[in-house]
Amino acid sequence: MQEPAITPDLIASHGLSPDEYDRILDIIGREPTFTELGIFSAMWNEHCSYKSSKKWLRTLPTQGPQVICGPGENAGIVDIGDGQCVVFKMESHNHPSYIEPYQGAATGVGGILRDVFTMGARPIAAMNSLSFGEPDHPKTRQLVHGVVEGVGGYGNCFGVPTVGGEVRFHPAYNGNCLVNAFAAGLADTDKIFYSAASGIGMPVVYLGAKTGRDGVGGATMASAEFDDTIEEKRPTVQVGDPFTEKRLMEATLELMATGAVISIQDMGAAGLACSAVEMGDKGGLGVKLNLEDVPQREHNMTAYEMMLSESQERMLMVLKPELEAEARAVFEKWDLDFAIIGETIAEDRFLVMHNNVVKADLPLATLSGSAPEYDRPWVETPAATPLADVPQIDAIDGLRALLASPNYASKQWVFEQYDSQVMADTIRTPGLGAGIVRVHGTDKLLAFTSDVTPRYVKANPEMGGAQAVAEAYRNLTSVGATPLATTDNMNFGNPEKPEIMGQFVGAIKGIGAACIALDMPIVSGNVSLYNETDGTGILPTPTIGAVGLIKHADDLIAGTVRDGHVALLVGETHGHLGQSALLAEVFHREDGDAPHVDLAAEKRNGDFIRANRALIDVCTDLSDGGLALAAFELAEAGNVGVILDDGATPHCFGEDQARYLIACSFDKAEALMVAAGQFHVPIAAVGRFTGQDVRIGHSQAPLSELAEIYRTGFHTAIG
Amino acid sequence: MKAGVVVFPGSNCDRDMAVALRNAGADVQMIWHKDADLPQGLDLVAIPGGFSFGDYLRCGAIAAQSPICRAVVGHAERGGFVLGVCNGFQVLTETGILPGALLRNNNLKYICRTVELKVATADSAFTQDYKVGDSLQVPIAHHDGNYFADADTVARLEGEDRVAFTYGDNPNGSVDDIAGVLSANRRVLGMMPHPERASEAAHGGTDGAAMFRGLVGQFAAA
Repeated sequence: MQEPAITPDLIASHGLSPDEYDRILDIIGREPTFTELGIFSAMWNEHCSYKSSKKWLRTLPTQGPQVICGPGENAGIVDIGDGQCVVFKMESHNHPSYIEPYQGAATGVGGILRDVFTMGARPIAAMNSLSFGEPDHPKTRQLVHGVVEGVGGYGNCFGVPTVGGEVRFHPAYNGNCLVNAFAAGLADTDKIFYSAASGIGMPVVYLGAKTGRDGVGGATMASAEFDDTIEEKRPTVQVGDPFTEKRLMEATLELMATGAVISIQDMGAAGLACSAVEMGDKGGLGVKLNLEDVPQREHNMTAYEMMLSESQERMLMVLKPELEAEARAVFEKWDLDFAIIGETIAEDRFLVMHNNVVKADLPLATLSGSAPEYDRPWVETPAATPLADVPQIDAIDGLRALLASPNYASKQWVFEQYDSQVMADTIRTPGLGAGIVRVHGTDKLLAFTSDVTPRYVKANPEMGGAQAVAEAYRNLTSVGATPLATTDNMNFGNPEKPEIMGQFVGAIKGIGAACIALDMPIVSGNVSLYNETDGTGILPTPTIGAVGLIKHADDLIAGTVRDGHVALLVGETHGHLGQSALLAEVFHREDGDAPHVDLAAEKRNGDFIRANRALIDVCTDLSDGGLALAAFELAEAGNVGVILDDGATPHCFGEDQARYLIACSFDKAEALMVAAGQFHVPIAAVGRFTGQDVRIGHSQAPLSELAEIYRTGFHTAIG
Repeated sequence: MKAGVVVFPGSNCDRDMAVALRNAGADVQMIWHKDADLPQGLDLVAIPGGFSFGDYLRCGAIAAQSPICRAVVGHAERGGFVLGVCNGFQVLTETGILPGALLRNNNLKYICRTVELKVATADSAFTQDYKVGDSLQVPIAHHDGNYFADADTVARLEGEDRVAFTYGDNPNGSVDDIAGVLSANRRVLGMMPHPERASEAAHGGTDGAAMFRGLVGQFAAA
């Protein structure tokens, strides 16, 4: 087949700038072949190369005694004691999900699960952070239905419990929804697998599903803005097969147990090209591939297509040759492809042959290591406009408005479409704070949360970034967990705009400071830029996924409120209403600054909760919606009314940070007050749980009436 | 009791089922779907939840044609005990061991939720530790759990006291709220809800434990 000539148009359509093309000419000293151009495009796009973000990602804290493996591998790894570790990461699949919601979301889940089991860990928990446009935007309903069904369709079949997540709506996502998928797995610390190849002349083995033409150019598509040609990009979205993924996981874990694996890497973005180069580069070796040996789903596939296909459920492995028979038998057992498609070579060379014709011959280390890196110009986000007067509102009216909004209504409509209990180790299903699973066969529990308040980040990127980490810290603390580490999924607009880059830089600074202060190093992450349509960007959305450990099940705080419980508020309340949920949902205003995050107070108050968990029956963090929403949620979950003494708007709906709401018996409340004095932690009795009404100040409504609004609000808006 | 748990490539509740049976005292082994014969001396074959063959074609349809399923049919015909949960129930209807079929939920969505089950008969090894009318809290997790059989079949099942469980608040459109049915010899039970997910205190409920206890206990006594 005649390959297209390398023209400026072809170069531009590969997302490569003229400068970047010149760089390619410098590196190889000749015009690239069509296949080589495709490989460069795949390796150098924003999605794979992090070329705009690398400079700033390097500033994040990634170390700690608990960290076994930080960013740079397929996922991060953290020690949880007893020779076990948790392997986790969060990754975006935003662009594909907007184009084709079911498959985009499904393959997002598939990709992150693969990242986890590639390292030798069996996935034990998943979460999803989803952001959609306004509920009555013509596209939103279809996106919500498709994305939720895609997430469920993949995860449910694969067999991983989905234990948490977020769903939000804001007009800024009308043209770009966000789908951030998190997965965590469990492994033994002495049985972790990495991607660095070693040994010369070792067979490179292709595992899993066959290669088709789906997803060719997907990573490049995901590194560009959208415009009205978006429908034409549907073929760049991959198609998921969770049944194959499940078999691939079982086969891969079984294969690892045979001792046949030298190194292994999943084929994700930019497929075979990226994974082969990465394995070679990390091991300081070259790689030779013979593409005619690649298992193919379609006829007459070209080298270009095979290198760039993003067909799902595939892995690349460097095999111990003496164990080939055992390895092959495992894949035959699971009816999956197993094909030797190349070998490691001593030269620094990425040599791609197809039917004895050289299709690409590139210096491997340079190809991998020479991706451009940009120090993009950025401007500091201007100080937020001061908060204009906020009228007092009847507290129950304010609460009703929040509960009716799909942003704050119960998300059961979503969570019930996810299997949250497969593996029979789920301790806490999604809906209220962190999700919790038991480490199978032990007394240890792992808690998972995903948090960010994009309005805050837009108003004040640094404070908003810190707040996302602080909220994750509080959600883990509220169930009695010690936060271990963090994964960050940075979703932003076009980094070539200095104000967008400024949001990114600010958020990174805030996240970094918070991760240091709260001892939650970043061990993995993902950056998704160019979330813009026709020049309009999303709210800056640095999603923080975090994992916490509860060493003994007895230390879990997961009770429900009972009649007679005292309501205690931990932390200082100033009544900060800037960028609050109340302001947005009731007054349709987004003004004022983000709430201030005092990291020392966060740490102190969190330590106080953990140290006194025996006295705490129920605990929740206060976040958007403030005291009124948190108290209602606890009341609703326990089916007991609540009385809050003070009905003033800033008191009820202020979003000051470092706060928790505790419910416990009177005796325990007294003991907690004493303990709080010793910890220098502010604490106040703000009401009690009793009866069947919600009473705030002088206003009240039956709990059942508010609960009905809360339970139906989401479905009414979206269903 | 000697129990075997069948593992299809897409089974994902196989471990959960084995754990619940072991906790009840059973001696459990896993059985690969490509095997044509069951291990010798099995008292119970359990077919677990999951997506046996990706739920492609129809849930349970491909699994029903697997080598092991021919052996399971033989085991049932010889009077052996068989338990099918969720996808296992779908497999049992596809093999014809149990009557009826599982259609898509009537809201067309996957549903994962803890629901109220009512014990409809105590006359089986599976339900002997319950009383008729007992209300249980047991999770469901399925896309195709809407039990359907023609009116004559339903009348026969009800007339022969072969409905094991009904839903308190029908979540999926099942005919006559049926959540689980027994074979004519009362030794095969298929049910959509997951008793193995409600068998330990850590699950938040233990209403399913009595089923495993009763079943395994039957053999301990014998």
